[in-house]
Amino acid sequence: MVVNSVHWFRKGLRLHDNPALQEALNGADTVRCVYILDPWFAGSANVGVNRWRFLLESLEDLDTSLRKLNSRLFVVRGQPTDVFPRLFKEWNVTRLTFEYDSEPYGKERDAAIIKMAQEYGVETMVRNTHTLYSPDRIIEMNNHSPPLTFKRFQAIVNRLELPRKPLPTITQEQMARCRTQISENHDERYGVPSLEELGFKTQGDSLHVWKGGETEAMERLNKHLDRKAWVANFERPRITAQSLFASPTGLSPYLRFGCLSCRVFYYNLRDLFMKLRRRSSPPLSLFGQLLWREFFYTAGTNNPNFDHMEGNPICVQIPWDHNPEALAKWAEGRTGFPWIDAIMTQLRQEGWIHHLARHAVACFLTRGDLWISWESGMKVFEELLLDADWSVNAGSWMWLSCSAFFQQFFHCYCPVGFGRRTDPSGDYIRRYIPKLKDYPNRYIYEPWNAPESVQKAANCIVGVDYPKPMINHAESSRLNIERMKQVYQQLSHYRGLSLLASVPTIQEEAEPPMSDDSQASSSTAGEASSPISAPSTPPNSDPSTPNSSPTAAAPGAHTHRKRVRPSELPSKQKSKVKHTNQAKGVEQKTDDMQ
Amino acid sequence: MVLPFYVDEEARNKMKRGRSKRQSFTPSEGRNKRHRSVTPAYVQTGSIASQRPTEETWGSLPHHVVLHIFQHLSLVDRARASSVCRRWNDVFHIPDLWRRFEFELNQPATSYLRSTHPDLIQQIIKRHAQHLQYVSFKVDSCTESAEAACNILSQLVNCTIKTLGLISTARPSFMDVSQSHFVSALTVVFVNSKSLSSIKIDDTPVDDPSLKVLVANNSETLKLLKMSSCPHVSPAGILCVADQCHGLRELALNYHLLSDELLLALSSEKHVHLEHLRIDVVSENPGQTQFHTIKKSSWDALIRHSPQVNIVMYFFLYEEEFEPFFCEETPVTHLYFGRAVSKDMLGRIGLNCPRLVELVVCANGLEPLDEELIRIAERCKSLTAIGLGECEVTCSGFMEFVKMCGDRLSQLSIMEEVLIPDNTYNIDQIHSEVSKHLGRIWFPDMMPTW
Repeated sequence: MVVNSVHWFRKGLRLHDNPALQEALNGADTVRCVYILDPWFAGSANVGVNRWRFLLESLEDLDTSLRKLNSRLFVVRGQPTDVFPRLFKEWNVTRLTFEYDSEPYGKERDAAIIKMAQEYGVETMVRNTHTLYSPDRIIEMNNHSPPLTFKRFQAIVNRLELPRKPLPTITQEQMARCRTQISENHDERYGVPSLEELGFKTQGDSLHVWKGGETEAMERLNKHLDRKAWVANFERPRITAQSLFASPTGLSPYLRFGCLSCRVFYYNLRDLFMKLRRRSSPPLSLFGQLLWREFFYTAGTNNPNFDHMEGNPICVQIPWDHNPEALAKWAEGRTGFPWIDAIMTQLRQEGWIHHLARHAVACFLTRGDLWISWESGMKVFEELLLDADWSVNAGSWMWLSCSAFFQQFFHCYCPVGFGRRTDPSGDYIRRYIPKLKDYPNRYIYEPWNAPESVQKAANCIVGVDYPKPMINHAESSRLNIERMKQVYQQLSHYRGLSLLASVPTIQEEAEPPMSDDSQASSSTAGEASSPISAPSTPPNSDPSTPNSSPTAAAPGAHTHRKRVRPSELPSKQKSKVKHTNQAKGVEQKTDDMQ
Repeated sequence: MVLPFYVDEEARNKMKRGRSKRQSFTPSEGRNKRHRSVTPAYVQTGSIASQRPTEETWGSLPHHVVLHIFQHLSLVDRARASSVCRRWNDVFHIPDLWRRFEFELNQPATSYLRSTHPDLIQQIIKRHAQHLQYVSFKVDSCTESAEAACNILSQLVNCTIKTLGLISTARPSFMDVSQSHFVSALTVVFVNSKSLSSIKIDDTPVDDPSLKVLVANNSETLKLLKMSSCPHVSPAGILCVADQCHGLRELALNYHLLSDELLLALSSEKHVHLEHLRIDVVSENPGQTQFHTIKKSSWDALIRHSPQVNIVMYFFLYEEEFEPFFCEETPVTHLYFGRAVSKDMLGRIGLNCPRLVELVVCANGLEPLDEELIRIAERCKSLTAIGLGECEVTCSGFMEFVKMCGDRLSQLSIMEEVLIPDNTYNIDQIHSEVSKHLGRIWFPDMMPTW
């Protein structure tokens, strides 16, 4: 029987460690490598030019590599559901292979394609390679729910066998056995489109920092390992001003698009570590960034609302402000805080920012200053950030906005001090906001505080040439801490943010429980604030009645409150609280602690 | 007699979901109609009710039993239950069930949250204003929402409110309401209620004259006053409250309102023990505000009078503005530094804050804080909770700190980046060592690397 394979590239844009592609080649008579792209959709989708460029470069690189193997990449225009029936018939396809996509949207799309393939008598083969571990496996090992703390996740990973070894790259011999006729007009019909074709204007585009493709990824991987070997230090690297700039050894966009296999990265790191530190097997922390990625993939895989606050069982519901004007200032780098604006400029120009920078701008947009929903920030990152995976992007935003994953400790990053600490001379700001380049170090993070003479000498008057700060950070962070406390104390079983929540206050406004009339009539603070009764008094009651008491912990009782386990709370209250998964997570957290 | 209303299922968990949809809230069209349509249907389906003699139907449950059940239901559930029969409907209107209410006022353009339905607001003002005792208003960042709150306040004439809370869920919109509008609305409550006990009016344009009205009418009952960031109040204004309201037990205000006179007034013989004093220290720009110093003798007087008082201070200052603070012994118990604080300042805390219970440092420079922490461990014998953000401590220094404090540290939240590995300990070792000393599993806090 003739086997005509199609390998469908989506992520996983590489020839090395590509099990699905290997399956396509295995015993096949012909193989075609396909990428499906809808040029019309391209312009309208919420994906910025840098991400498109990176994708197209990656496709070019794939095509070039395939040419070397006497094959080509087929970039087919259209939507998968329209394209495949056509291809199945035209190419007489019998086998379809692709990499497993664990994200809810991808799972739905793939299920439809698999069903369609079945109808056409096409066999489908799917292999999981975008993550080190199977998210479903981790969920199964965590009693069928995704681990919601990173510690828990690490504990499970520790119990798992090592990830599967990566496969070698596709060879000429393999490809020769299933050579496909390439038509004369291949470039016309199936060539990689240009950015112009997708409707992007590219005139005067500054040199771009991140070049897409497997070839580049492998070079970077080597440099990355060389540097690690040279430093011979696997501790967390010290963050310096230099860390803020794009590094020639950065890998995250390549992992995102699958130009680099995460397993190849994993085993290279592991081997290097074992070579340099003969005796020891590497600690999990060596794979920090890789594991965070897995963590969020696992958290998102069965949660179609993972990227929303509403309807998302792991997300705390926070009354964010709706303020398009402020959002635009943030997204376009016009906040008047040079540190924030420089980061957003770098993000827009280059498509990558350091993780500290991500923390800074995410905190500023949400809980720190602007009190705008993390969903808005996530969308901006989705457009601009090269390494924005759906799960990792949404998960990180929830994390950074204190919306999920049980942070214990609420602290805000200061939009002035945080950057200054990393880069005291402000070189980073000078690079991305040239207008400010002549400001003295002392004022570069807070130009509005510079005396007029300094502003004049620097040729940049605040309020004229550069915006005034859009918000008073001290005031807004004070307010936002109070807001957060309000939110968190409504989730009375929640143990997070405990340091702040434990700042005591008398049980004031919250009326004594209604069911107890005697107490109610004798009224107010008296009984309720007694430390003895306090731990059993729910700090807040039924969410549908006034919770006007955002800080309603009893005096001297704060230590008790922190230890209250969900099971100790009155059942009435527990049942009224909607975040059942959070409750679960709290129990989990408690387990972690024991 | 009017009936209550039917409230849509959607209205449940109004806080939790929904984009500014309003509760669907339909004032009923009349008792008869409802009786015909609802009650019979219910009776037919309720097997007990349909099989037993009439006097044992649900409708004949003793009044106090229904009341007891209703007390456990949310407003929406009560509203629906009240449409079962006449007796349940009577219970629905019992004053006891209207003692507390939270008005939620949001605009679709600025908030994701729902609002309390205007008809419900009208019903409450008309029928239940005199029953309200615990009232709060949650408003979004839109001025109209705050104005709506003021409009409701000014209609609460025949009330005996005990607790009033004005809460901005996003930007403080009460500050955008005209001051006269706000003040006149607020004083309506102050004048009419006469037994106010708790008032939370942070971030509002309340002023000295309105506080005078408050004092004139409620001095006997006032126990709690929270008014952080109320720029129109002067030190004299708050002093007047402290002088007259001897039952005041909790007070929250900004540092510029704190004076020696205020502390002395709160420590007078006639005054009950103060339990909580929360002080926010905020500055706009460096050099703009000169912070005064509170005399040690005033603090001493306060502590003599109220030995158990919690003094909670939130600092949002620039490093160079800390000079006036903690140069002498200060009885602060809870300290939160929202932005960078100098090493020097932390050193002074170790020297001068013997009552310290909880310390949060969001940021500091790049020099390790070993010495300062060790001094704090040594001198602050009540310290039980600490949180460190962007600072540095060597692992050895941190271990020393933990050993000295031991298991009294019930909260230890340290960002992973804070701990600098040295020759003695790396991060993994620190985790096991600290866990040993605390007697429980401990990890540093982490942020995702992404």
